[in-house]
Amino acid sequence: MTDTHKSGTAAVGEPVADARPPRAFLEVRDLKVHFPTEDGLVKSVDGLSFNLEKGKTLGIVGESGSGKSVTSLGIMGLHTVGQYGRRKAQLSGEIWLDGQELLSSDPDHVRKLRGREMAMIFQDPLSALHPYFTIGHQIVEAYRVHHDVDKKTAKKRAVELLDRVGIPQPDQRVNSYPHEFSGGMRQRAMIAMSLVNNPELLIADEPTTALDVTVQAQILDLIRDLQKEFGSAVIIITHDLGVVAELADDILVMYGGRCVEYGTAEQVFYEPEHPYTWGLLGSMPRIDREQTERLIPVKGSPPSLINVPDGCAFNPRCPYADVPKGNVTRTRRPELRDVGGGHRSACHMEKADRERIWNEEIAPKL
Amino acid sequence: MLTYLIRRLFAVAVMLVVVMLAVFGIFFLIPEWTGLDPATMFAGKQTDAQALEGIRQKLGLDDPILVQLFDFFRGILVGRDYSSAGDSYHCEAPCFGYSFKTEQAVWPILADRLPVTMGLAAGAVIIWLIIGLSAGVVSALRRGSFWDRAAMSMALSGVSLPIYFTGLLSLAIFSYGLGLVSNEYTPMEESFSLWFSGMILPWVTLAFLFGAMYARLTRATMLEVMGEDYIRTARAKGVREPVVIRKHAMRSTMTPIITLLGVDLGALMGGAILTETTFSLPGLGQAVLKAIGEKDLPLILGVTLITASAVVIANLIVDLLYGVIDPRVRLA
Ligand SMILES: Nc1ncnc2c1ncn2[C@@H]1O[C@H](COP(=O)(O)OP(=O)(O)O)[C@@H](O)[C@H]1O
Ligand code: SF4
Ligand SMILES: [Mg+2]
Repeated sequence: MTDTHKSGTAAVGEPVADARPPRAFLEVRDLKVHFPTEDGLVKSVDGLSFNLEKGKTLGIVGESGSGKSVTSLGIMGLHTVGQYGRRKAQLSGEIWLDGQELLSSDPDHVRKLRGREMAMIFQDPLSALHPYFTIGHQIVEAYRVHHDVDKKTAKKRAVELLDRVGIPQPDQRVNSYPHEFSGGMRQRAMIAMSLVNNPELLIADEPTTALDVTVQAQILDLIRDLQKEFGSAVIIITHDLGVVAELADDILVMYGGRCVEYGTAEQVFYEPEHPYTWGLLGSMPRIDREQTERLIPVKGSPPSLINVPDGCAFNPRCPYADVPKGNVTRTRRPELRDVGGGHRSACHMEKADRERIWNEEIAPKL
Repeated sequence: MLTYLIRRLFAVAVMLVVVMLAVFGIFFLIPEWTGLDPATMFAGKQTDAQALEGIRQKLGLDDPILVQLFDFFRGILVGRDYSSAGDSYHCEAPCFGYSFKTEQAVWPILADRLPVTMGLAAGAVIIWLIIGLSAGVVSALRRGSFWDRAAMSMALSGVSLPIYFTGLLSLAIFSYGLGLVSNEYTPMEESFSLWFSGMILPWVTLAFLFGAMYARLTRATMLEVMGEDYIRTARAKGVREPVVIRKHAMRSTMTPIITLLGVDLGALMGGAILTETTFSLPGLGQAVLKAIGEKDLPLILGVTLITASAVVIANLIVDLLYGVIDPRVRLA
C-alpha cells in the first residue's frame, strides 16, 4: 500500500484489529474517542487512522467541531488525566508511537512521554501559559520535569531556545510574564517550551488561529524551519487549508469525527476527490480573486456528533448528494477508498461523475 | 514590586487619616445631635456648674472644631496635656482620652484587651483557611463523591447557623459535657496550655462560620481553574498531577480567596464580638458592648479607631500578598 505513496505517511483505511507491529513512527489505528454526556454519547472521533514518519508533516484540516483537538489530546493521553468527577472519556483503537502502544500503556509511562517524546502547541498562547509564572519559569519546568539538572542549567537552555525561536534579548525576556509579551511572541515562547526536550513528535493545534495575519506567516515559517532543524514528526491542525498548503507533506481532511479525504498535499490540492474538500478549497482566502468570485463555501452547520446522519455524514450539506444512484448517500456510510497512489476518499460518487463535476463546475472557479 | 509597595503604603497612610477624620467627625457630631453633653457625662454625679466648666476647659470642648481636631490628632500621635486652672495632667500617646465611667485613660484599657481579640481573630483565620481550603480542594477533586456531599452539607450549615448557637452548643458538649476543654479565658502569659484550651472552642466556632464560605468558594474556583488551558499545558509538559494541583491550580485558586479575605477581615470584628460574648472572653468586643450600654464615648471611639486601623492594615497585608501572587497586579 505504501509502495506507490511517495511521502512518508500512508492512510490506513480499514479498521485494524490485529496486533501487527507498527510500520511508521506514529501509527494511529481506528482511534475512537467518545464522551458520555446527559444528551447521549458524543462521538467526537470515530474511527480515525493515519501514519506519520519522522521529518514529515501531516496537516489535519476540518471545520470547527470536527474532532481535531480531541484527536490531538487523545494522542497526548490528555483525555484520561484530571477528569475529576467527570464521566470518563471512552477511548479505543491503537496509538503506536515509536513502537509503543499508548492507549494500553501505564498512564504514568505516558506522562513521562508527554513533553519529552511528544509535545504540543495550543491555539491561544495567552490562555495556554500560566499568567502567574514567568515565561522562563514555565520553560524551565518543562525541561526539569524530564531532565535532572539544576535551575541554572535549565534556565540557560530556556534562554537558548527563546533565542532560537526569534525572541529578542532572550536573557532578559526570559524573566517576563506572558502578559508582557505580544501574541506572536507568546506563541514563539510556547514553541520554545514545546521544543525544549527535543520531542520526536510535535502537535500544533491551530497554532496561528489566535494571531494577527501578519504574524501567522512568521509563526508558520518558524515551525517549518524548526522541523527541518529538529527532524521531528509534525502534525499541524487547522480549519484553514491555506495554513498547511506550504507546510504539509500529507493532508487529512476530517468531517464529523472521521477522515473523509487523505492524500499528499499535491493530491488534495490539485486533484481533490471529496465534495467537502472542494468546499474547503473554495472557502480558502485568495489574494488574486474578488470575494464574490469565489466558490461558495460549505453551507449549513457541522453534523451533530451525537446523532450522526445516516449514510454519508456530509449528505445534508452536500450539493451532489443526489449524484450517486439510488438513495445510497443517505443509507450507507461511504468507506475510505483508495482512488490511486495512496490517495483516499470517502464518497459514493462514481469516478466519471466526480471528474465531470470537478472539471466543469469546481476547478474553473478555484 | 517596590513602587507597588510604596504606593500601597501611601494609600494606607491616607486611609488611616481618613478613618481618623471620619471617626472624629462622627463623635464630634453625636453630642450635638443627641444633646448629650460630654462634660456632664464625664462629671457623673458631681454636677455643680464650676466643676463642669473646669471639665469643658480641660477637654477643650469650647475650642473651635479645628483646634479640637488638631488636639485629637496630636493626642493619638504624640500625646497631649489636659489642663484647666491649676490642674493639669499628661495623656501618653496614643491618647484616646479618658473613660467617662472609670476616668481611666482609654488606651491602657484597650491595650489590655487587644491581645485577646487579636488572638481570637488570628487563630480563627488560620483555622478557617486550613479547613476551608483543604475541604474545598478535596471536594473539587472528588466532585460528586460522598466526601464532596458531606463537606458541602457541613459548609451549608456553617453558613446558616448563627455563632451563639454553634458556640453554646459546642460549649455544652465539649466543655460542660465532656470536660475536654477549659470554659474560661486564661491569659497566655499565665499558662499557654490553659489559654490554648480555652481558645479552641471560640476559634473553631468563629472559624466554622467563615471556613464554610471558604470551602464553597475554594471548591467552585478550583473546579473552574482545573478547566483552564494552562492546566492542560502543564499536563502536556508531563508535570505530575499532584504538582499540577499544588502548584499550577492552587496558585490561581488563591487569588479570589485572598480577595475575600480582605473583605472578611472587616466582617470578622462583628463575629469576634459575638464570639467573645458567647464565651465570656475579656476582649475588645466585650468592652465595646459595655461601653455602648454606658454611652462611654471615648472608649467607643478608641475601639472604633483601633479596629478600623486593624482592618486597614490587614488589607494592606492582603494587597501585598495579592501582588506577590499575581504579577499583573504589580504593574497595574
Ligand atoms: N470533554 C468533552 N465532552 C463532551 N464533548 C466533547 C468533549 N470534548 C470535545 N467534545 C466535543 O467533540 C467535538 C469535537 O471537538 P474538537 O475536537 O474540539 O473540535 P475541533 O475540530 O474544532 O478541534 C465538539 O463537538 C465538542 O463539543
Ligand atoms: S457520499 Fe454523497 S453526500 Fe457524501 S460526499 Fe459523496 S456525494 Fe456528497
Ligand atoms: Mg480545536
